[in-house]
Amino acid sequence: MSSFWYMGGYARYVWPCVGFACVVLAWNLWSARRMLAGARLTAQRALAMRAAEAKT
Amino acid sequence: MWTWFYKLASPPYVYGAAAALMPWFLGFALLAIGYGLIGGLVFAPPDYQQGDAFRIIYVHVPSAWLSEFIYTMMALAGGIALIWRIKVGHAVAAAAAPIGASFTLLALVTGSMWGKPMWGTYWAWDPRLTSELILLFLYVGVMSLRSAFEDPLRGDRAAALLAVVGAVNVPIIHYSVVWWNSLHQGATVAKLGKPSIAGSMLWPLLSMFVGFMLFFGAVLCLRLQGEVLNRERQSAWVREAVKS
Repeated sequence: MSSFWYMGGYARYVWPCVGFACVVLAWNLWSARRMLAGARLTAQRALAMRAAEAKT
Repeated sequence: MWTWFYKLASPPYVYGAAAALMPWFLGFALLAIGYGLIGGLVFAPPDYQQGDAFRIIYVHVPSAWLSEFIYTMMALAGGIALIWRIKVGHAVAAAAAPIGASFTLLALVTGSMWGKPMWGTYWAWDPRLTSELILLFLYVGVMSLRSAFEDPLRGDRAAALLAVVGAVNVPIIHYSVVWWNSLHQGATVAKLGKPSIAGSMLWPLLSMFVGFMLFFGAVLCLRLQGEVLNRERQSAWVREAVKS
């Protein structure tokens, strides 16, 4: 098992690459979900404002 | 077929299709990436020249391919939006840009990490590396240009124009190892004839490529929904879409 983590002496190059790839994938998913949630909220607020204006 | 093509120009259709496709793309992406990582990091044998350092290709190569693919798609979407004035084209280009930039950065960082043990340096002003760095600058330029205008339509058009002009860099990246003397190795997988890589190393790599493509599809679907909502805020169909 330790030889797997050792990666033939290249562990300090291989694992940071795998780790950075995971970070990039996670950031993409998180930022896209956040962007969509923000867009939904803005659209809901705009609709609520229009509805309030229509009442007055 | 043309009916389907015209449907793609309709924001509510694109919003609904993106919402429906996203979970499928993400599910299959995670499966493919899981298989690729286990196959590449655990089961593939070490390379006879590069040893275990070659395993960096399982994240480097798919991200480099994707960086070129996303740029080409972004330029095509921008071109379609410019020529036929299809607003969804601008939304697709805007949604794709940050994803493409992140995968270009990943390709550059992992390539640099591979370069140190193989070439003895993290960076060299080599044609392949330099043209990939220019690709990152193009992505950043396209995103900056889009947000630099107060009028979103003018920003979209300027960004689309830069994306189309910058597309000339994509074949330069791809053929840089053929046209100039380069430290970077030539084509291993995508070359005419038999790929010069063993099957036990190739299948996990192809699985990672498919996984990254599907992952891009999933993230694009999420971002595209957001872009369409932001652009169509005043439309009647948005009321139904954001109710849930």
